[in-house]
Amino acid sequence: MAASTDRDLQFRDPEKAEQLSDRLEELMAEIDGRVDVMHVCGSHEQAIAKFGLRSVLPDGLSVRMGPGCPVCVTDMPEVDEAVALAEDGKIVTTYGDMLKVPGTAKSLADARDEGADVRVVYSASEAAEIAAETDEDVVFFATGFETTAAPTAAVLADDPPANFSILSAHKYVPPAMEVVAEMPDTNVDAFLAAGHAAVITGSGIFEEFVDEYEIPTVVGGFEPLDILLGLVKILEFVRDDEAGLANAYPRCVTEDGNVPAKEALWEVFETTRGEWRGIAEIPDADLALRDEYAQYDAREIFDIDAAYEDEQDPLTAKCISGDIMAGKADPDECELYGEECTPENPVGASMVSSEGTCKIWLEYGGHPDL
Amino acid sequence: MSENAETDAEETNADGAAEDTTGDGATADDAADAPEAVIDAGVGAGGGRMREFVESEILARFGDGSARVGLGALEDGSVHSVEGDIVLTTDTHVVDPPVFPGGDIGELAISGTVNDLAMMGATDPIALTCGLIVEAGTPESLVTDVLDSMAAAADRVGVEISTGDTKVMGAGEIDRIAINTTGIGRVTGEPLQAARLEAGDRIVVSGPIGEHGLAVLSAREGFDFGGDLASDVAPVNDLVRAAMAAGTVRTATDPTRGGLAMALNEFASSADAGIAVEERAIPISEAASAAGEVLGIEPLDVANEGVAVFGVAPDDADAVVDALREAGAPDATIVGEVLTDHPGRVVLDTGIGRRYLAEPTGEQLPRIC
Repeated sequence: MAASTDRDLQFRDPEKAEQLSDRLEELMAEIDGRVDVMHVCGSHEQAIAKFGLRSVLPDGLSVRMGPGCPVCVTDMPEVDEAVALAEDGKIVTTYGDMLKVPGTAKSLADARDEGADVRVVYSASEAAEIAAETDEDVVFFATGFETTAAPTAAVLADDPPANFSILSAHKYVPPAMEVVAEMPDTNVDAFLAAGHAAVITGSGIFEEFVDEYEIPTVVGGFEPLDILLGLVKILEFVRDDEAGLANAYPRCVTEDGNVPAKEALWEVFETTRGEWRGIAEIPDADLALRDEYAQYDAREIFDIDAAYEDEQDPLTAKCISGDIMAGKADPDECELYGEECTPENPVGASMVSSEGTCKIWLEYGGHPDL
Repeated sequence: MSENAETDAEETNADGAAEDTTGDGATADDAADAPEAVIDAGVGAGGGRMREFVESEILARFGDGSARVGLGALEDGSVHSVEGDIVLTTDTHVVDPPVFPGGDIGELAISGTVNDLAMMGATDPIALTCGLIVEAGTPESLVTDVLDSMAAAADRVGVEISTGDTKVMGAGEIDRIAINTTGIGRVTGEPLQAARLEAGDRIVVSGPIGEHGLAVLSAREGFDFGGDLASDVAPVNDLVRAAMAAGTVRTATDPTRGGLAMALNEFASSADAGIAVEERAIPISEAASAAGEVLGIEPLDVANEGVAVFGVAPDDADAVVDALREAGAPDATIVGEVLTDHPGRVVLDTGIGRRYLAEPTGEQLPRIC
């Protein structure tokens, strides 16, 4: 049998990877200092860890993950709302990654074990199809960044059944980058921006951010060579002391993005203030339904009586996932990591999702000393 | 099946589990709705119904072998005449779905135990047991198909199923069917053990990795990869025999639950040595690789049921690979080496960078979001 071809794809070419990592070495020598890069995407972290990229990065170049996992930053009270709707007899549909995310009292998986009708779907449209086949209320617990918010918007704009509604926990990335950039104790010299969010919004979305915060920002794809190329462009900006914007993922991302998807997104949603779990309360980074779509807004339709637990689980108090997502700590600095907190029994959301740093590190390792 | 089985079945009945099912009504209703025959609690209740099932469905398939007292005697156990060191192993098999692309739970149950014996060096197993647990309401055709598969797999290996036990549980008490198989085999020479690995030994895999786990997961999730992805479930005792004849095999394992990642970590841990692996040398089919990408599952982390992993003395590694290829494993290849560095850990060279290959954490669940 021939070895699998997907490992021989052009964006996984070992020789080109070596050339790029040599280039990173040269640039770091020219910079002669430490560079801290934050990426804002679980898929970046996954690729970096899976392909062992940190083992070929030069000394002094640190690449770590920020608030780039939508499951991880979904706030506990948002999970509580979904649980309350499920316990109130609604059919609650959501992406599988959300099932085990702990709310303050329980997770949707807990509610399902106790008899609630919680169903995993692969898309907002699948949730709407379930609604079309029943007279019962079907709520889609809608999570994710621009990449999933745009399809949710498309479903709502397409006149879904009247018994269908969404509980929006959708979030919008650029304002969160601003918050992280402003954090006094977060040392971020540059951002590697998420390629798939930029597929929708376009690389141009970051222009204002770069101008205002003077932080080099490069849009990067998810194959090993994409990431290494993104880092090369970042180090070139850093070396030249230039707060530039570059697109290192041009085969998928354009400057304007997917205009129809973007239009649907902003026709249906508007930004609003919201809490990002473990990070901060962020103005303009949650996506709420516009008034015109209130008839599909679960928060408008139902009197959601979420059971917020005042007393926090003592283990939750020890979880440092907020610091991890703010770029201040690594997963293995957490005393719960891999011990009390595992993918089977996650304490923090970043151990639940396949996009969460803690889970990725447990699966692939973080900074191996090789 | 043996009287032993009948006695146990009566105990099940007495503790109320089977009676609950009988009185449940659901089983009878299901049977009335369904055109096909289903297993009902009466089959597991001892007495005539059970004897009829054992004789018509079990004895007819597993028959009588070379045991001094075999299955056909329907005694409390079977009797075997053996000399030398015996390997004893057991495994309980549950799989969802019980019939999957490339095989079923019956073939899995026989292969699993035959392979466990072989991985200790007992490549010619003497006898197996069959502990069958069926959920009331399970279609009888599923059970008989599974029994057919068990008989066929045992025939292929030349091993007899010489004693067993049948239980019927209430609806909902188990999921359709579970099978325990225990096996004995004679080991000649040193038992194969990971602790015998030495620095410089080569790691050899006999075939493509990830097929079984990804085929089952794909079937469970309703993904169709165009028929290219099927379980590799098969007895591999002949491969182990061929490898042992070709050179010094220090250890062997079948990378079932936890996959190759788990198997290599167990090698490293038992030998207190490091293991270096070239990821791109590991044979993985295009279908398995694609399924892994789609489902978000690492092929290295999922079960294989027809693959053996060997630790082989360095000078014999090429001969062992050649022997495996001749014995019906064309993809057999060297994938790594035992190190003195990194004791207890597996270092994976991805072709681009290096990282530790960790043991899989928990159940492998497909990515959804």
